[in-house]
Amino acid sequence: MSSTGPDIPSEDELRAMTTEQAMLTGAATDGVYAVHRRNRFPVPGTKAEKRSERAVALLFTIAALAGVAFIVVFIAAPWNWKPPGNSQNFRFYTPLLGLLLGIMLTALGAGAILWAKWLMPEEEFVQERHDDVQPGEGADQVMTGATLVAGYQDTGLPRRSLLVRTLVLAGGAVATVPLVALIGGLLKAPGKTLFHTLWSPQPAKYPNGIPVVYADGRRVSPNDLQAGGLATVFPGVPDGVRDASSPTLLIRLRPGQGKDVTARSGQANWGWGDFVAYSKICTHAGCPASLYEQQTTRLLCPCHQSQFEVLKDCKPVFGPATRSLPKLKLEVEVVDGVQYFVAPQDYQEPIGPGFWERG
Amino acid sequence: MTTTTDASSPRAARPRTPAGKTGMWLDERFKGAGATRKYLNKVFPDHWSFMMGEIALYSFITLILTGTYLSFFFDASMGEVKYNGSYVPLQGVEMSRAYASTLNISFDVRGGLVIRQIHHWAALLFVAAMLIHMLRVFFTGAFRKPRELNWLIGLTLLVLGVIEGFVGYSLPDDLLSGTGFRIAYSIILSIPVIGTWLAFMIFGGPFPGTVIIGRLYITHVLLIPGILVALVAAHLAIMVRQKHTDFPGAGKSEATVVGHRFYPKFSAQATGFFFIVFGVVAALGGLAQINPIWLFGPYNPAQVSSGSQPDWYMGLLDGSTRLFPSWEIRLWGHTIPALFWPTVVLPTILIGLAAAYPFIEARLTKDRARHNLLQRPRDVPVRTALGAMACTFCAVLFLSGGNDLIAKAFDISLNAMTWGGRIATLVLPPLAYAIVYRLCIGLQRHDREVLEHGVETGIIKRLPTGEFIEVHQPLGPVDEHGHGTLTYAAASVPKRMNRLGRGRTAHVRGFFYPVKEKPEIAERLAALEESEHPELESAEREVELTD
Repeated sequence: MSSTGPDIPSEDELRAMTTEQAMLTGAATDGVYAVHRRNRFPVPGTKAEKRSERAVALLFTIAALAGVAFIVVFIAAPWNWKPPGNSQNFRFYTPLLGLLLGIMLTALGAGAILWAKWLMPEEEFVQERHDDVQPGEGADQVMTGATLVAGYQDTGLPRRSLLVRTLVLAGGAVATVPLVALIGGLLKAPGKTLFHTLWSPQPAKYPNGIPVVYADGRRVSPNDLQAGGLATVFPGVPDGVRDASSPTLLIRLRPGQGKDVTARSGQANWGWGDFVAYSKICTHAGCPASLYEQQTTRLLCPCHQSQFEVLKDCKPVFGPATRSLPKLKLEVEVVDGVQYFVAPQDYQEPIGPGFWERG
Repeated sequence: MTTTTDASSPRAARPRTPAGKTGMWLDERFKGAGATRKYLNKVFPDHWSFMMGEIALYSFITLILTGTYLSFFFDASMGEVKYNGSYVPLQGVEMSRAYASTLNISFDVRGGLVIRQIHHWAALLFVAAMLIHMLRVFFTGAFRKPRELNWLIGLTLLVLGVIEGFVGYSLPDDLLSGTGFRIAYSIILSIPVIGTWLAFMIFGGPFPGTVIIGRLYITHVLLIPGILVALVAAHLAIMVRQKHTDFPGAGKSEATVVGHRFYPKFSAQATGFFFIVFGVVAALGGLAQINPIWLFGPYNPAQVSSGSQPDWYMGLLDGSTRLFPSWEIRLWGHTIPALFWPTVVLPTILIGLAAAYPFIEARLTKDRARHNLLQRPRDVPVRTALGAMACTFCAVLFLSGGNDLIAKAFDISLNAMTWGGRIATLVLPPLAYAIVYRLCIGLQRHDREVLEHGVETGIIKRLPTGEFIEVHQPLGPVDEHGHGTLTYAAASVPKRMNRLGRGRTAHVRGFFYPVKEKPEIAERLAALEESEHPELESAEREVELTD
């Protein structure tokens, strides 16, 4: 087996060959040789052959029928969602479509594979890889290398250092400008954005502090919560309910527990009665730490299972969180004889996950 | 091999059929006959483990087809809208257009839900198939010279596939994916020095902002798929250029590749396999509900559901994040959050190790030869054991990504699960190394034993002395002590009698009685049998046929 393959017969010689012979000659020209090639059914019309053909044909027929059924179901079956109480037959629409599509494609695929395996001739061909060092390859490498080097010398770059340096500068500029343009357009200075939330005081509009509201905008009154209960509350300012950094947990401890809370220095009287408020945003990865266990007074973040002890000022007691949940100072204002919570000041530290500039 | 030479077979003459004439017309213009034939005749080896990459390729095609369909209906906007579609429980709820249009695809586009679910299942399969394909390549040494570059391209495809999947999963802007996406924001934020700037650059301000879904969308449908298509093309072109590897065995050599030609057999089987992959994913997309976003509700930064799990390929990072201790570094007025280590540093190390492995191994083993024949995992115990170690490490992290669900299902303390995971990541990988190393050596020894003594026949013989011995069937010629003379060739060794093959016997078909061929066909069959195997006694043949 020479690397160039056998001599190619003339066109006339090839025309005189059978298709099989011409095919094998072509394969040999490409370095591909049949080591085994055998018609599976040298005697045509045997029962085994018919059986194989019928099985493949059956699969193709199933594919066609599944396709027809798909179209019928797609057009005719009920598919609109209906509330409970109505016919729930629409529930079968998606499963049926998927099943029929699956049957159609799988039957077609299985038919094609069995066709190749059962009906096409057995064959084993061997192909030369030609990936060891070939004769003439070394010469090619030398000539190509010489062409590249000679071309480089023709440009004069090896001895014109001024050209090289200015070209590097120009190339650098061309590469940098689009980058600067792109990043420059996208860049936003973080500034102090991450250091405050929508609880920041707006004395002009809310002289007693930012109103504490529920998700639906109702103001939160101390009488709303039972002992041991909690609520997610928001700053009652425009967009306050949708803001990602402002969600706050208002917890009403069971009577007496409020006195147990060990507070950070200077924050001892930030609660109001049995009420305490902490940022709901986990200091680990920013999930809402929303699972509160009344019995253990622990808050659990369901994302990575950080646990915060409410009575220890929401200090992390287990899991990957490092910092306590920031505490929100609570006060109460009276409007029309009803007490409502307000927040006289923003969180005194950045809420949520840590970052480089946090300090 | 037999070639038919009877006069009736068609000659390779001037084309007369329309297809032949078209071919001629094309070749007269493009002169492609020689090059085309070379590819038609290309030989592909056959082994079940080579199908993993095919599954990845076919699920990728499925993703492009279904994804294009979805893009006709999806609205990548964070603009607020009040839902008024046909899913009654969410009517009147404020949500982003992205979420509303995903609901629309699920409820108001006929057949939209099944396509959406096929797309999601195909994405899960795409990443899984790439990973298993990569493990196959690793454990059989297919990454060795000259295929190091394709290993790197494949690794890039896997990483991009995971990112593409996560971005696509985040597009519907539902509560589950939004929670995951906020974690991604926190991860970017945790990068030292540039974290906040990078996060603000990507999100256009603090999370969630108003632009991110649009940016994710163009990343998901143009940027990453474009790179994926280019890399898949390069991956395949290199494979075609270098020709596929093959397992060692009889008739195999470093200089050749043995198998079926591309046309017609390999292409028929590959096309069939594409339809099967698409079909299975389609059936899953219909029958197995996935990501029912209408049950989660629109994203709301104040809400989360317990048992939130991301798609499987994020399990590893989720687990590492859960297990990593709360080690936050605060120095000189700066913070490096604990989150940074398990989510940025760890994957960088894992990807870096995988990328460097072919070069590390080549350097340590001083192996600079070209390799086209694969290695069986048992024949390279150190590599196999290292692979098992890495797999164990990743498996512990993956399971820890669902440790709350495991804790719930088996009524174990969640904190115990966390501590168990922390200890297991350190203890189990070295243990896996030791066990797998011993397993490899043991399997090698068993191969050698079979080569020396032969295959167990299951026949117990009693010697005249009363001793019982088991009869072994030697695989080849034996020396004067009855020991096999075949040498260990790092190739598969038959270990059961039925793998040794048996005499050529006619298979008797028929449930109630043997199938009888028509007399003239039976005659020709008998004549053919006679001409091919004249050494068989005719009586013996008769017995086999009527057995």
